[in-house]
Amino acid sequence: MNNPLYQKHIISIPDFSRQELELIVDTAQSIKQQPRPELLKNKVVASCFFEASTRTRLSFETAVQRLGGSVIGFADGGNTSLGKKGETLVDSVKVISSYSDAFFMRHPQEGAARLASEFSSVPVINGGDGSNQHPTQTLLDLFTIYETQGSLEGLKVAFVGDLKYGRTVHSLTQALSLFGCEFYFIAPKALAMPDYIIEELNAREIKYNLHDSIEEVVDELDILYMTRVQKERFDETEYQHMKSSFILRADMLKQVKENLKILHPLPRVDEITTDVDTTPYAYYFEQAENGVYARQALLALVMTNEFGAQ
Amino acid sequence: MKKKLQVEAIAHGTVIDHVPAGQGIKILKFFQLSAAQERITVGLNLPSGEQQQKDLIKVENTVFDENQANQLALFAPNATINLIEDFEVVRKFHVSTPEQVKGVFACPNSNCISHNEPIDSNFYVRHQQQDIKLKCHYCEKTFDRGLFSELD
Repeated sequence: MNNPLYQKHIISIPDFSRQELELIVDTAQSIKQQPRPELLKNKVVASCFFEASTRTRLSFETAVQRLGGSVIGFADGGNTSLGKKGETLVDSVKVISSYSDAFFMRHPQEGAARLASEFSSVPVINGGDGSNQHPTQTLLDLFTIYETQGSLEGLKVAFVGDLKYGRTVHSLTQALSLFGCEFYFIAPKALAMPDYIIEELNAREIKYNLHDSIEEVVDELDILYMTRVQKERFDETEYQHMKSSFILRADMLKQVKENLKILHPLPRVDEITTDVDTTPYAYYFEQAENGVYARQALLALVMTNEFGAQ
Repeated sequence: MKKKLQVEAIAHGTVIDHVPAGQGIKILKFFQLSAAQERITVGLNLPSGEQQQKDLIKVENTVFDENQANQLALFAPNATINLIEDFEVVRKFHVSTPEQVKGVFACPNSNCISHNEPIDSNFYVRHQQQDIKLKCHYCEKTFDRGLFSELD
């Protein structure tokens, strides 16, 4: 069995090759179809949330338990030696890695997971480092796209909303660009995709289109990835004016392709009206559920040699 | 007409030539060249064929090592370094931009973990058209040269 991820750290999407991403997606699919309740029996996984999180932490901890492992950890860094006594992250990591067989962490500062991986004796999985990376979100998004479309190849994928600050959108664009997808970026000018992503796409001659409203392109899409536009980034008049172009309603979906799926990393506020939930295109709650399978796949790959390319 | 040296020759040491005008003072400050109490001669805005104007630095009894020379390339990509012994140039080389710069600059991202931990900063140097950009190994953000206060 060739498993290139065994005992590796999961820190940042650009670290992965196309083959490795495919291996994670295949493993998630396999575990979803055939649960492995004893795979991590007698293994201890530390759940280290130096910053609070709801979905990510619950889904990681569910993933460990569904594979038969035990979880130790903390949900708020403020109650740790690091928060209270001024211990460095480096020292905390040395100790945590001596107690556990792997650990996942979220931290409010960019680069924390990379740093942790350099001082840990066991695999580290990044559950979000400041505004930098959130690779497990991208991996669950890839799995969901694969599950709904049967392939990751050559899809037409639109991203809507806050494309400037949304780390999810940046990493997913980087990952899908390995599979020849075409992109549609729909955002107010103030929240447009950052230059470094556009430069990467240009350098690799990947097709992308910029649009001002969802309706301009919705009928052509395979995946419509919605994100939240944070109200606090705009003044009230500007927000009201701009909001209508970046909100998805069920009546906009009359002519769409049959295979279209709408995704959202959640939590949503009002960018997808609730009448969309009952259409056959809404897939965001299944996407959240897939977070558990994708994280099980990662744990299975970095902690065991059971899965891998034949 | 007799040709005259613009800056007095030195017996032993290093001459850094072809520094873009305006960068000479920054280089002195960055490398703390004056700290060693050696005699330093600096020429600012000297006439130069290729560059129109250039700065030039002569540091006596000091030899620039390769690591320093590479760091120098971030200020002055076309600089040449002349190592002098007994008033003769014994070695002359062009600086070359390093692939990585460790422990030299603080990350301009104030929320980067490298500020709070007992580690060296670490940047990957990338050439983009005529410019140099530095990508932080930790926070993964890419910065223009001008964002580093040490280089500006």
